[in-house]
Amino acid sequence: MAMTIHVDVVSAEQAIFSGIAEVVIVPAQMGEVGIYPRHAPLITKMKPGSVRIKIPDQSEEELIYVSGGMLEVQPGIVTILADTAVRGADLDEIKATEAKNRAEDAMKDRSSAIDYARAEAELAESVAQIATIQKMRNRAH
Amino acid sequence: MAGSREIRNKIKSVKNTQKITRAMEMVAASKMRKAQERMKKARPYGDKIRNVAAHMSRAHSEYRHPFLVKRDTVKRIGIIVVTSDKGLCGGLNTNVLRMALAKMKAWEAEKEQIEVCCIGNKGLGFMNRFGANIVSHVVGLGDAPNLEKLIGAVKVVLDGYTQDRFDQVFIFYTRFINTMKQEPMMEQLLPLSDAQLHNGDEENHSNQNNIWDYIYEPDAKTVIDEIMTRYVEAIIYQALTENLASEQSARMVAMKAASDNAGSVIDELTLIYNKTRQAAITKELSEIVGGAAAV
Repeated sequence: MAMTIHVDVVSAEQAIFSGIAEVVIVPAQMGEVGIYPRHAPLITKMKPGSVRIKIPDQSEEELIYVSGGMLEVQPGIVTILADTAVRGADLDEIKATEAKNRAEDAMKDRSSAIDYARAEAELAESVAQIATIQKMRNRAH
Repeated sequence: MAGSREIRNKIKSVKNTQKITRAMEMVAASKMRKAQERMKKARPYGDKIRNVAAHMSRAHSEYRHPFLVKRDTVKRIGIIVVTSDKGLCGGLNTNVLRMALAKMKAWEAEKEQIEVCCIGNKGLGFMNRFGANIVSHVVGLGDAPNLEKLIGAVKVVLDGYTQDRFDQVFIFYTRFINTMKQEPMMEQLLPLSDAQLHNGDEENHSNQNNIWDYIYEPDAKTVIDEIMTRYVEAIIYQALTENLASEQSARMVAMKAASDNAGSVIDELTLIYNKTRQAAITKELSEIVGGAAAV
């Protein structure tokens, strides 16, 4: 029997996946990484994209779309902390400013730079979403 | 003698009120189940991220995240008050706000500056009337709160902490114990206490000697910053889901009490109505008898 690792995929709003896998492929910030059993402990950020989990005795991979988050690898356990929201330093900053402005009851005009950052993040997410959908569609045929 | 027509009208209006409270009770009951479910679903994430944060704080010694560093002097305090958006849920908001107010007064007496972040409409209104210094707020989270709406308001407070505007951050919310019991809670959010971080990871405690560190990608500081922010957000999100479950069950209990009260009011009014009707009949009869005797 092939070696396996335990994989947990959780988001703040629910537990998405929990089980045994042969390999997990995750869209890390520095590029896609494949985690096999006994991988060195690693912790990194994820980009929006799809997580692929190869489950033993199952020909099809499990596909989970994540809009970013954190990946934690321990020798026998992989934990994926998925974000439910589209995140980004710039976007968080915008949200904070927005919240502040609301509190001051003075909504200022948003500058185009902020709009650009938001558009960029949304674009990255939609591209990743489309890619996941296409992968699933290809498989269906 | 109160007119029987007035009593009848009153009974009718109480009955209508009872219908409303009963409907609200049933709505709250079904929402409560969903809210409890949501509360349970949020737990795994909180547990996992706490384990990661706990391990990291112990393993990685070169960089201490500001959230973990205790300040020597506490001059300014940030508080996050979680309340419901809507009323009619018994003493839920009153209890948590009373607790917050008592604390705020104590802090003010010690000449500490307080800034408030309000989550939920009721707390916002209250803090506004009280004249507190509100730095951010979120309202209208609905029954299914999502983290996305929270991020902005919470970041204002977290940034305040990293930029030394606050030396301590507390969170006030209502903890869900069971359907009949909810308790107002005050928890210290920042700086994160080691005890809070390490509670619940016994299996790591046993092998403290062979601590290993992670490979950090792209670098330790960025990753630790991200994890810590998410950890704090997870705590706040959990507080929010607990508060929501508490709100629905408090509303259900309050509405049940209201329906029961309406029932007893109706009983009393019906008794009075029958008595006046009886009295009117008796009077009419005696008048007829009296009239007949006179003829």
